[in-house]
Amino acid sequence: MSLQVVTANRLDDGLAVFMTADDGWSTDLRDAVCAEDAPQAEALMARADTEKQQVTVVGPYLIDVAQEDGVLVPTKYREVLRTLGPSVRTDLGYQAG
Amino acid sequence: MYRYDDFDRQLLAERTAQFRDQVARRISGELTEDQFKPLRLMNGVYLQLHAYMLRVAVPYGTMNGEQMRKLGYIARTYDKGYGHFTTRQNIQYNWPKLNEIPDALADLATVEMHAIQTSGNCIRNTTTDQYAGAAADEIEDPRPYCELIRQWSTFHPEFTYLPRKFKIAVTGSPNDRAAVRVHDIGLRMHKNDAGETGFEVIVGGGLGRTPFVGKTVRDFIGKNDLFSYLEAILRVYNRFGRRDNKYKARIKILVHEVGVDEIRRLVEEEWSKIRDGSLRVSDDEIAQYIAQFAPPAFEELQANDPEFERRKQAHPDFAAWVRSNVIAHKQPGYAIANISLKPIGGIPGDATADQMELVGDLADQYSFGDVRVTHEQNLVLPHVKKADLFALWAELNSALLATANLGFVTDIIACPGLDYCALATARSIPLSQRISERFGDLERQYDIGELKIKISGCINACGHHHVGHIGILGLDKRGKEFYQITLGGDASQDASIGKIAGAGFSEAEVVDAIEALITRYIDIRTVGERFIDTYRRVGMDPFKEVLYGDR
Amino acid sequence: MAIVKNDSVIENEWVTLDDESSIPESGTNVLVSLGRFKAERDSLIARNGGLGVLLVPGDAPEDLAEDIDRFSLIAVKFPAYTDGRGYSYGRVLRERYGYAGEMRAVGDVLRDQILYMHRCGFDAYELSDDDETALEKVRAALRDMTVYYQPTGDGRATAGSLRDRRRAVLDDATS
Ligand code: HEM
Ligand code: SF4
Repeated sequence: MSLQVVTANRLDDGLAVFMTADDGWSTDLRDAVCAEDAPQAEALMARADTEKQQVTVVGPYLIDVAQEDGVLVPTKYREVLRTLGPSVRTDLGYQAG
Repeated sequence: MYRYDDFDRQLLAERTAQFRDQVARRISGELTEDQFKPLRLMNGVYLQLHAYMLRVAVPYGTMNGEQMRKLGYIARTYDKGYGHFTTRQNIQYNWPKLNEIPDALADLATVEMHAIQTSGNCIRNTTTDQYAGAAADEIEDPRPYCELIRQWSTFHPEFTYLPRKFKIAVTGSPNDRAAVRVHDIGLRMHKNDAGETGFEVIVGGGLGRTPFVGKTVRDFIGKNDLFSYLEAILRVYNRFGRRDNKYKARIKILVHEVGVDEIRRLVEEEWSKIRDGSLRVSDDEIAQYIAQFAPPAFEELQANDPEFERRKQAHPDFAAWVRSNVIAHKQPGYAIANISLKPIGGIPGDATADQMELVGDLADQYSFGDVRVTHEQNLVLPHVKKADLFALWAELNSALLATANLGFVTDIIACPGLDYCALATARSIPLSQRISERFGDLERQYDIGELKIKISGCINACGHHHVGHIGILGLDKRGKEFYQITLGGDASQDASIGKIAGAGFSEAEVVDAIEALITRYIDIRTVGERFIDTYRRVGMDPFKEVLYGDR
Repeated sequence: MAIVKNDSVIENEWVTLDDESSIPESGTNVLVSLGRFKAERDSLIARNGGLGVLLVPGDAPEDLAEDIDRFSLIAVKFPAYTDGRGYSYGRVLRERYGYAGEMRAVGDVLRDQILYMHRCGFDAYELSDDDETALEKVRAALRDMTVYYQPTGDGRATAGSLRDRRRAVLDDATS
């Protein structure tokens, strides 16, 4: 199985976020806590999908990631776009820095 | 143009407060996301890939200058300085924050605008001809009826939890510019044998994953009876539309499954019980609404303006723009000016805050404060004096709003696709940009002639690809974007659903494939034939051949 | 669970019968399914005690038309808030058949739907909240809006009718 992290959108501003080891959320995928197998992934989802988390984020789900040069990157292009921003507006989104 | 009275304003104020309260209850945790989602959708708030999205209604595509400027203000204040005009004559903002949306809505309410029913399983914004009230070919201005439909459908207590969304479109002209045959209900205005004006009622059209051209349930319904008739259709749909599978929940599936004759029987039976009820609209009341949309105070002018003719001689760019973007007005000496939101290589339908504010000003200055949004993602100033066209063009040109490509190959419809949309399977905008660049040369476009390319980033078909002369559907094939081409679609009065040409193309191949199709068309067309005409004459095979050879 | 009607929380005085259980002694109010009503109509209407029917989506309210005055409760089930068929049933029963008894919304009845239900003829709402919260929710919901565009059987004046009235007054004043 591919490495996985949990992503969601933040409730108040809607931005894409990734779950961290302390059950918080970061806008930077590199801060995310990573599951290495299916049981771990399931456990992560259980931590993300609680009533309490509902007041912070919306719609958590797992995405596939890989280690590249020591940092986590998404493997599906949908999620690549989501971590960068619109490919037609490179001045916007996380890619804009 | 319709102006709100105190009742409309009160309703909108209450709605704005209600949604503010709903957002507060969500943020406090009182509402779960599952409970909040239908409430936010009912008010046009989606969650997209990168952020929330807010869809603001432009009822029947008509705005005044102040409203247009306010859209610009919203883009600058609550978004990142731009917005996207859609095939539903609405505008979408891509980056609003949930906790600021109530403020944005309060600002919109000051100019009588809102996001009511721009999503959700309810009756959506009614769309119509962008040239309503100006077109030389119209029977009657459809907007008074659209406004009555707007009021009837706004917070309709019975029809707010329908099986699925419901879209109504109206045309007042025999040349259908509102795609009424691909809506849940299409209303086509015409005169009956007695010379009365009324509507043909078409039901069950739609795009999405199973496209259908709608079928006629009634040849003629008088104006007074229109609303009870709509209510009867909606009641039949609400009761009998499928709710077991959301992909089969649109009325088009009901019509397809039980047949139009049975639908007609059900609707007529229901209607017979309510036709004399309180939804019967009197001539008096209709007259009040017609008066609201009375033509502006046109001047008595000569049909031709010599200065205008001279300007065309002197400025070939202006002449080109007039030829492609300016069309006949019913009032002598006036013209309809189309503003293309399709600059070569640009993002179809996007406009910046500055552009919106400028267009609002230009509407006030040159078009009696009237501006329209088209379902082809362009804008229109409907009532411009011919003598003012040159000055208007110069201002538009300086704001990159004078691309002379209306109806040509670079006037592409494209949905947001995977650059924004959470449901997308592929991107649509970059493809439209590359096609636009490939065919950017205006002379080449004029040689190709009218050609409608429409691109959707998934099977939901927001980009109308089924009714593009050339339609492109973006899909995901083993983790890569690829594009399926359909040919022969048409959204006009001769509506037809395009046919899939064959296997899809990779992102790298698809623009060449489009060019090959167009080259073949040029080789085999007869004089005066548009792409769609040639396709209808020769069929799929000659086009398939250039795409796939002997494959 | 609380039932709100006429601005107060009411006791449920009805026994809901499934299709197998035997019909209790006279005097008890019973709520039965439409299927059971149709099958046992004669004995049910001959019985002493209130008679109510529970409509679920897919039922035809037309089936109650002949006997409409015999019911003192019609409960309409909203199995999920997304299933809006009950709104049509409400209007058909009230506006077409003149039903005058209690019409109760049951099932997934949420605060933000109550006003729509009310406009469609419902006058009682069963909420899955405690009494106080339920009453508060119904009150707040019915206060959300004061302007209505559509004529329904709830008797509220529509914006259109108010405009007409105002015009008439103005016409009188000027003539
Ligand atoms: C970006 C967020 C959007 C989402 C999530 C979305 C979602 C959908 C879905 C799910 C459908 C299929 C509905 C069905 O067949 O039952 C649909 C259809 C449609 N949408 Fe969108 N859409 C979005 C944006 C747009 C935009 C930007 C436009 C205009 C450019 C648009 C206009 C339409 C139209 C015209 C249809 C097809 C016509 C029909 O209803 O049959 N949508 N959309
Ligand atoms: S067609 Fe698909 S990708 Fe495009 S906007 Fe609609 S839902 Fe999104």
